[in-house]
Amino acid sequence: MTETDRAAPEGLAVAPVRRTGRAFAARGAKGLKAALTASPIATLGGAIILFWAICAVLAPWLAPYPPNQLDPMALVDPFPSAQHWLGTDQLGRDILSRLLWGARTVLTVAPVAVLAAAVVGTLLGLVSGYRGGVVDALVMRVGDVMLAFPQIILYLIVITKFGASALNIVLVIAVTKAPIIARIVRAVTLDVRNRDYVAAARMRGESTLHILLVEILPNARGPLIVDIFLRLGYTTIAIGVLGFLGIGLPPPDPDWGGMIKESYGLLFVYPHMTLIPAVAVSSLVVGFNFLATGIREASFDV
Amino acid sequence: MSDVLRMENVGIDYANRRTRMRIVDDVSLSIGPGEALGLVGESGCGKSTLALAALSYLPRGMRVSSGRVLFDGRDLATLDDAALRSLRGNRVAMVYQDPMSSLNPVVTIGRQLVEVPMLHGERSAAAARDRAIAMLAEVRLPDPERMMSRYPHELSGGQQQRVVIAMALMAEPALLILDEPTTGLDVTIEAAILDLVRELRRKFGTAILFISHNLGTVARICDRIGVLYAGRLVETGDIRAVFGAPAHPYTRGLLAALPRLEAGRGGARLTPVAGTLTAADRARVGCAFSPRCSHALPAACDAGPVPMLPADAEPGHVARCARLEAVRDSRPATPAAEATRGRDEDSPVLLDVRDLSMVYAIGGGLSGGPRAELRALSDVSLAADAGRTLAVVGESGSGKSTLAKLLSGLVTASEGQALFAGADLAALPVDERPADLKRRLQMVFQNPDSTLNPSHSIEHAVVRPLRLLRGLGRAQAKEAAARLLERVRLPADMLRRMPHQLSGGQRQRVALARAFAGDPQLVIADEPTSALDVSVQAAIVNLLAELQDASGIALLLISHDLALVRHMADRVAVLYLGRIVEYGPADLVFAPPWHPYTKALLAAAPRPDPDAPEPEVILGGVMPSPLDPPKGCVFASRCPRRIGPVCDTTPPPVRHPAPGLTVACHLEIADLPS
Repeated sequence: MTETDRAAPEGLAVAPVRRTGRAFAARGAKGLKAALTASPIATLGGAIILFWAICAVLAPWLAPYPPNQLDPMALVDPFPSAQHWLGTDQLGRDILSRLLWGARTVLTVAPVAVLAAAVVGTLLGLVSGYRGGVVDALVMRVGDVMLAFPQIILYLIVITKFGASALNIVLVIAVTKAPIIARIVRAVTLDVRNRDYVAAARMRGESTLHILLVEILPNARGPLIVDIFLRLGYTTIAIGVLGFLGIGLPPPDPDWGGMIKESYGLLFVYPHMTLIPAVAVSSLVVGFNFLATGIREASFDV
Repeated sequence: MSDVLRMENVGIDYANRRTRMRIVDDVSLSIGPGEALGLVGESGCGKSTLALAALSYLPRGMRVSSGRVLFDGRDLATLDDAALRSLRGNRVAMVYQDPMSSLNPVVTIGRQLVEVPMLHGERSAAAARDRAIAMLAEVRLPDPERMMSRYPHELSGGQQQRVVIAMALMAEPALLILDEPTTGLDVTIEAAILDLVRELRRKFGTAILFISHNLGTVARICDRIGVLYAGRLVETGDIRAVFGAPAHPYTRGLLAALPRLEAGRGGARLTPVAGTLTAADRARVGCAFSPRCSHALPAACDAGPVPMLPADAEPGHVARCARLEAVRDSRPATPAAEATRGRDEDSPVLLDVRDLSMVYAIGGGLSGGPRAELRALSDVSLAADAGRTLAVVGESGSGKSTLAKLLSGLVTASEGQALFAGADLAALPVDERPADLKRRLQMVFQNPDSTLNPSHSIEHAVVRPLRLLRGLGRAQAKEAAARLLERVRLPADMLRRMPHQLSGGQRQRVALARAFAGDPQLVIADEPTSALDVSVQAAIVNLLAELQDASGIALLLISHDLALVRHMADRVAVLYLGRIVEYGPADLVFAPPWHPYTKALLAAAPRPDPDAPEPEVILGGVMPSPLDPPKGCVFASRCPRRIGPVCDTTPPPVRHPAPGLTVACHLEIADLPS
């Protein structure tokens, strides 16, 4: 666990500095909590995500109007007002309400998609890293092909072929993100499978399933959690992009990417219609990234 | 002021956002020109921190909070960065434990060496180059000219450390700091490096600060010794005075805990230093060692700071102990006699290894490269008896770990048999072994950091084997786990702890508990104590012997430490390049050493005795590659007693100089002992 890490002046070698790199992996959920309190950047990221999560959960009660209700009166002056705090869109729908309901969509689809990717990726990574040989080569090469394929084109093909629905979005994201997670888990597995405690487990006759899930997987927890938060950020962007291309969730349901798409033609006339959902997407992405960075710092710093 | 380095009442603190800790407390020491001071102590005692303080190069968070560090009479705290930079490298140089991390892997040896004089005032690149070549010859590296254009990875570990030493000496420093320079190297290479350091010191008159946990290496190099405990200097003096009449109970404990080459397998136990160092001990006002000391009297030891007191008539021999007289008058702790055990009785053979070979195929296939065979083991035959210890010794690359992996089924043998409990282990990978066979054969691993899964509690490590190997239910297994921990002298509440909360010694105890969970018949211990401090090693070794006595298991001990092997083994197999060169009862193998390789190994082993004779033979060279083993005797290329071409062309005959002893050598039996 001690690693050396310091630049040395004039050819002197490095000073040994004790690092607690794996401590987080060993502490799991407690470590997540510790990271949230220890790292200011993780706290900020966590706060942003918590804010949007509360919005999503309480949308039916917080939203002042139904998300699809038209207010013809507001069409005259769609700017923010006492009736519509964040203004209305080009059809006279309340932006605040649509934003809150939109948070619901993104915070359901993104976690479900990433979770699906994590489960598939983890299993593939474990088997691939532990078995090695042909299985490993096959899984990794197929993964390479998936990663080499432009994702946005894959989205377009699948969604246009099978139709725009939440399930299809989840599936296509899970399939494209799984190889990345598989690589991370495989790297940890390659390292851990040669540890003495795995040899000890084999010598007492543990099943392969036990070795994979109980002896190896928990040691991948740290990098896995960091990566899941990063993937959540990217998935939020992906959902936004799908919405913007018009192949996200079918209208009229509120969707942040869709809101940008429908209004960006009026950007210079009514900038709030485009900018408010854009800021919402960005803030959520930044929140996920901050949390990932913060956890990584907290787990690999002294 | 003539001292090169002088520390006056130095205290070093470490602080971060959460904690504040005293790492070093009130250490005073001095090194005169050309003098060699050894600093010893168990891990975490502050040895390396002191060395870094001498360079004014403490890691972030640490600072010298009291006292002064004087170099050439100048207080390091008053020097600015530029002055410190010129000091480091010009006047003082440091050699670290791992040479690979001191050398830049992408830059040739030559460029790294030439850099040193160029940074410190040398103008002419050609002159710097000439000096570098001369220095490489000085550290006895073969063909220095060609060495200059090599990269670090092309060198062996011993050669790398020589390059680092050459680099340190390039600026002809007044003080050379060596921080565990030979830890991790084989004994033969260690002996050669120590020999080199001594010679260079004689030649250049460099003062040396030698840091080590190994009392034997310190005895070979140093004039004076300082013993550190919990960041405090507890005893210092002339090396002969301290080794001859250790005054502080901790020093006495360290010396008593060492297994000795001279003592045979007499059945005596080692005397471990009782207890462990805790964080609270560091903060004690009185003696830090008193919680572990059998001489401690609260009134004398814990009342206030204990000063350094003269230990005996020897000038400069001082110890930080309030009860020096009482300690002096007490007899040095004698190991408790072992319960008598019928050593001479015949015990049944449990493991019978016959002509075992392991060949790895290298290259070929999709990864490319020429196809080659790596013979890791070649026709190894040996036997382990119930209740006895069979030791396998040899340098790294000798195939000892391959043998362990083979028997434990983590790899499968190419040829030969290993008969155990009615099965042939050689043909059975671990996953195909029946449960009962798994139960009978267990293993203790070398590295306490990776022996336990960092994600699971101790309970997991102990309960799982109980459930799988003994078929116990959940509740029964928990009870049995507590009893098992008791057997390895760990409190039962340890079950809920995580591995990172345990010390290395405690983790190794858990590993023992795990191995003994299923009542095995054969336990393979692969360097079980090589990563532990001597005081902890003694306790683990005793525990192993105790468990062996109680259960009658056969122990297969794999080790490079001959003193430990001498202490534990009933029978010894000496391995070189995958072949057994000598095999037989321990008493016969060691006295006199028959095979030239056994003799060289024994000579190289460091002895904690400043008056020990210098080793007559120091093995030079490196072990040949197992990809291209010599056709004749595998040891011929390094053998100090090579007869002639016959050694290179013909495999040596197996001779039997005594009943039960086999030696593979061309020398006649009468000529073997020398």
